[in-house]
Amino acid sequence: MTLSDASAVMGAAVPLDPALLTRADRAELLRYMTMMRTAEERALSLYKQGKVPGSFYDGRGQEAISVGAAFALSPRDRLCILHRDLGAHFVRGVTPDRYLANYMGRADGVTGGKDGNLHFGDRARGCVGMVSMLPDMALVANGMALAMKMRGEARVALTFFGEGSTANGQWHEAMNFAGVQRLPVVFVLENNRFAYSTPNELEFAADPVERAEGYGLPGAEVDGNDVEAVFAAVHAAVERAREGGGPTLVECQTMRMHGHGAHDDMGYVPAELLAKWEARDPIQSYAARLLEEFDFADEEVERITEEVRAYVAECAERALASPMPDPALAREGVFADRWEPLGDGAAPWSGWAEPTAPQPIDNRVERRAA
Amino acid sequence: MPELTYLEAISDGLRTEMRRDESVFCLGEDIGAFGGAFKVTAGFAAEFGPERVLDTPLAENAIIGAATGAAIEGMRPVCEMQFADFIACGFDQLVNVAAKLHYRQGQSVPLVVRLPSGGGFSGGPFHSQNPEAWFLQAPGLKVVAPATAADAKGLLASAIRDPNPVCFLEHKGLYRHVRDEVPAGEYTVPLGKARVAREGGELTVIAYGSAVPSALAAAEALEEDIEVLDLRSLWPLDAEAILATARKTGKVLIAHEATRACGVGAEVAALIGAEAFEDLDAPIRRLTAPDVPIPFSPTLEAAVLPQLDDVKEACGELLAY
Ligand SMILES: Cc1ncc(C[n+]2csc(CCOP(=O)(O)OP(=O)(O)O)c2C)c(N)n1
Ligand SMILES: [Mg+2]
Repeated sequence: MTLSDASAVMGAAVPLDPALLTRADRAELLRYMTMMRTAEERALSLYKQGKVPGSFYDGRGQEAISVGAAFALSPRDRLCILHRDLGAHFVRGVTPDRYLANYMGRADGVTGGKDGNLHFGDRARGCVGMVSMLPDMALVANGMALAMKMRGEARVALTFFGEGSTANGQWHEAMNFAGVQRLPVVFVLENNRFAYSTPNELEFAADPVERAEGYGLPGAEVDGNDVEAVFAAVHAAVERAREGGGPTLVECQTMRMHGHGAHDDMGYVPAELLAKWEARDPIQSYAARLLEEFDFADEEVERITEEVRAYVAECAERALASPMPDPALAREGVFADRWEPLGDGAAPWSGWAEPTAPQPIDNRVERRAA
Repeated sequence: MPELTYLEAISDGLRTEMRRDESVFCLGEDIGAFGGAFKVTAGFAAEFGPERVLDTPLAENAIIGAATGAAIEGMRPVCEMQFADFIACGFDQLVNVAAKLHYRQGQSVPLVVRLPSGGGFSGGPFHSQNPEAWFLQAPGLKVVAPATAADAKGLLASAIRDPNPVCFLEHKGLYRHVRDEVPAGEYTVPLGKARVAREGGELTVIAYGSAVPSALAAAEALEEDIEVLDLRSLWPLDAEAILATARKTGKVLIAHEATRACGVGAEVAALIGAEAFEDLDAPIRRLTAPDVPIPFSPTLEAAVLPQLDDVKEACGELLAY
């Protein structure tokens, strides 16, 4: 069997208005992608040291997608972030210490030990944590978008899912409902070529992005390893949704560069396929582009990398210092006493740096200090 | 006080809550222009508009998922399953997403799922089920099953105002056969509180939903000193009321239309066995449907669903013990 490699979209032209991103935005995009890579590398080493109970998953090679997509959102938008999308949590203001603590089941993890790995969403930052069942969160994002639409708010819900999840019946329910109700929702599909070990060829007969039209919504296909291309496509979809134009499916072509989880040696992935995508690493290629096209100096790029490394190292210390949760908490919190609204997330894109934007949150201050 | 049928009381409760709070809205299949398979929302679209009486595609996970997301965003959605049986098709969103969100991350999900349940009219294996026990194995869900029109209204209002997902089992057999006085205007009945439906000293029938009118009818027909405890809420259970009546009469029959194994009756029996063993004068008995699907043909269905005579017989045996 020949496996799909997405060559069709590689190097595809990206219709991005260059004025949308400032120099500082570009530095931020690189910073967040680097933060995701560095934090996941640290988490993997903690896993290998036996400090992470259960299993370990990362989004290596897919950093451009969660960072580029989340970067297009305003503070009041809402997200359901999935298991390859750590960068989106960072963009919204979650700090690496809380991510690492969550992996280790510590009290200061985002869920305080109630749930593991990427199964979290920071309520204070407008996120609803994913469940394992895929792609359940697409239906929840629909519901948030439905509330926004009913109240006539110019807000958007965004969620991610892998290409494998598009085979599940709930994906059909989600697309159809969003299409019928013209919901202000953006679906970001990450086609990383595999669902666990199952390749595209055994997942579907028609590519999901081609199915979008059948649900009455536009589908856009982008190079998922190009952070600006992802940003451009998601930004356009978000603006469309905000203006009442309804949902969009954005398919990002990429490659899962690690196994499904740390336990998976990826024996089923041809070496040539990996090599081909290794050469298209989203972080290295963006760094190179900043130097070549956007006039960044080597030292600037290096400084971002160094600052992030130092910051993640400091966060790891904090996570390791966090205690295990009090066993008494295991019996608490099944029921709510009252409803409380989600908070607003950070929106670091300069496009939101208007007087209405929220005050900088702790994380941003910390990052600057780092 | 006006007399309403159980069905009218549900509509009244829903309408009252929708007038009171504009974040309350309904979603489900054929509930708008058509008013729902059982007409609970008849006239609602005209009063509240199609957005708040939202006709959805045939997709139960989409309904519950949308309700979950909308609830997180501050709405108070009330989902209608066309028949309770179809919750199986939306089960994943209910038990894996909605039920666990508060435990996992402190996210309240104030939604109600209305479940027209129960048999007795040749609905067959897919339109007659009493799925309440499914929900009891999913921590994070509250479960209510009213037996009177007043409770149907009051429990629905409380379910809507509760910050958690609540499964509201409305028995189809009671829709037009039960009629009682229902307070007009805003009216709530607290979740988690049982009700002594009939006072007695010799034996208690603990029941809910359609088994409550059967228990009351049996007690009247037998002319015996029988107490009837209507559970009203199946989760949280009113342990205090259950233990109080068990201690008072010393003989307990638990009656429900749902199947037996691991059902509500099993939980109630275990509670009494553990906490009130010394006060019992007879073994705890259960009267339930046997562990079979609900068959279609009237003679087969009647052989499966507990009948009034079965309740009388079970009471008689326990009284004679
Ligand atoms: C409904 C469902 N079935 C099975 C699984 C187990 N599982 C976890 S991830 C995964 C593969 C998902 O593939 P895809 O949607 O492409 O996302 P990716 O992991 O590649 O990012 C599977 C089968 C699941 N999470 N949900
Ligand atoms: Mg995949």
